[in-house]
Amino acid sequence: MNLLQISHMKKSFGTLDVIQDISLTVTEGEVLAIIGPSGSGKSTLLRCATLLERMDGGSLSYLGEKAAWEEDGRCVYANKNELKAIQKVFGLVFQNFNLFPHYSVIKNITDAPINVNKLPRAAAYEQAEQLLGQLGLRDKADAYPYQLSGGQQQRVSIARALALNPKLLFFDEPTSALDPELTGEVLKVIRQLARSHMTMVIVTHEMQFAREVSDRIIFMEQGMIQAEGTPEEIFHSDRERVKEFIGKYN
Amino acid sequence: MSIATMLLQLGRGLIVTVEIFLLTLLFSLPLGLLFSFGRMSRNVIIRNLTKIYISVMRGTPLMLQLIVVYFGPFYIFRIGLEGYRFTAVIIAFSLNYAAYFAEIYRAGIESIPVGQYEAAKVLGYGKGQTFLRIIMPQVIKRIIPPVTNETITLVKDTSLAFVVSQAEMFTLAKQIAAAESNIMALMVAGLFYYVFNLFVAVIMERLEKASSYYR
Ligand SMILES: Nc1ncnc2c1ncn2[C@@H]1O[C@H](COP(=O)(O)OP(=O)(O)O)[C@@H](O)[C@H]1O
Ligand SMILES: [Mg+2]
Repeated sequence: MNLLQISHMKKSFGTLDVIQDISLTVTEGEVLAIIGPSGSGKSTLLRCATLLERMDGGSLSYLGEKAAWEEDGRCVYANKNELKAIQKVFGLVFQNFNLFPHYSVIKNITDAPINVNKLPRAAAYEQAEQLLGQLGLRDKADAYPYQLSGGQQQRVSIARALALNPKLLFFDEPTSALDPELTGEVLKVIRQLARSHMTMVIVTHEMQFAREVSDRIIFMEQGMIQAEGTPEEIFHSDRERVKEFIGKYN
Repeated sequence: MSIATMLLQLGRGLIVTVEIFLLTLLFSLPLGLLFSFGRMSRNVIIRNLTKIYISVMRGTPLMLQLIVVYFGPFYIFRIGLEGYRFTAVIIAFSLNYAAYFAEIYRAGIESIPVGQYEAAKVLGYGKGQTFLRIIMPQVIKRIIPPVTNETITLVKDTSLAFVVSQAEMFTLAKQIAAAESNIMALMVAGLFYYVFNLFVAVIMERLEKASSYYR
């Protein structure tokens, strides 16, 4: 069964058709990279998939459970409780982290497991300590976000997402807000997750990273999927636009 | 009148002043939050009614509002309200200050980046949890300076209760000054207000310090 299935997704802002007609599937254990020029609708795609934005048409389902579908030409969503259950399937890592500034690192990671998932405190803290160790942040548990570098903040936000045990993790340009020298430490963590077969959908401008970490790459432009294939297929594509785009970023 | 008698009378007035101050904060701080929700409501009617309310309360003299709240019932219902004076003062002050606090809360709430709501939503927090656990703590930190300003103004504004002859410190000081033909009582009252506000400033500074563990 597909972990994520998007069929004919459409989304517009006013008269601007940002997502024209996108269909894609993600299977368990797969790493999908999404590349494409700025403004092509990559963030909007992730925001619709993570229920931050309502799509205008098409359907969206996780593990076969429908979150949204079309009825009489309109897009309808599942009810609140169903969406709440579906929400638990995925996590999202933002470009600018969006950590909670008033919570320490450990509280950022444990607050949702304790208060949303009703995990016992001890278990939540134990899991958080383990995640911090895994992400090289063991000594930062009691620090506040403002005391951390961008790379550390992004790793904390990855830990925060992982603490809810999602089956699928979305990343929206996780390194775009970082200085080049901090990018590496975040990419390393994502590579590590890929090796442990975490299912991921990663929007990125880091072409070499996309090439080595992903099983499949989607090239988006103007709200449509222009090319899709294995990294080798995409990087050796004979399509002019794909070549041009990859050339620019390499 | 001896200085001791004067101080005693002013001291009694000061107690009433402190009562007005504390009760006004007690009612207007939560009421202001309610009004700020109204002001940000998706319902056009609620939003506009609150907007008009806030604009009127901030755009007319508090002194006039005190008169309206105190004398209003006499004129409208032709009834004399025994012992209503103090209640009227608290109602007028609370309604007025709630309008100011509403705008402070609104500015504070709107200054929290939308990413905080989005992160909370993706992590599965409900609306109430998001507001109480994520948004409100950050709002409180940001509104301490403007709330401090309003609170200091409130200490001085309590003296406006003289307009309905509420026997708070300023009313008494004025009476003593008139009877004695000497402004000493007013000067002493001024000193009391000043010390009161120093006290307020210290408390607010502590609050600010307590919330400065993060940025
Ligand atoms: N909330 C919004 N309202 C209006 N236009 C938007 C909104 N979000 C995105 N857009 C527009 O949609 C287009 C695609 O944006 P986005 O999905 O962020 O692209 P990408 O992530 O690929 O750079 C852009 O033209 C952007 O200006
Ligand atoms: Mg984007």
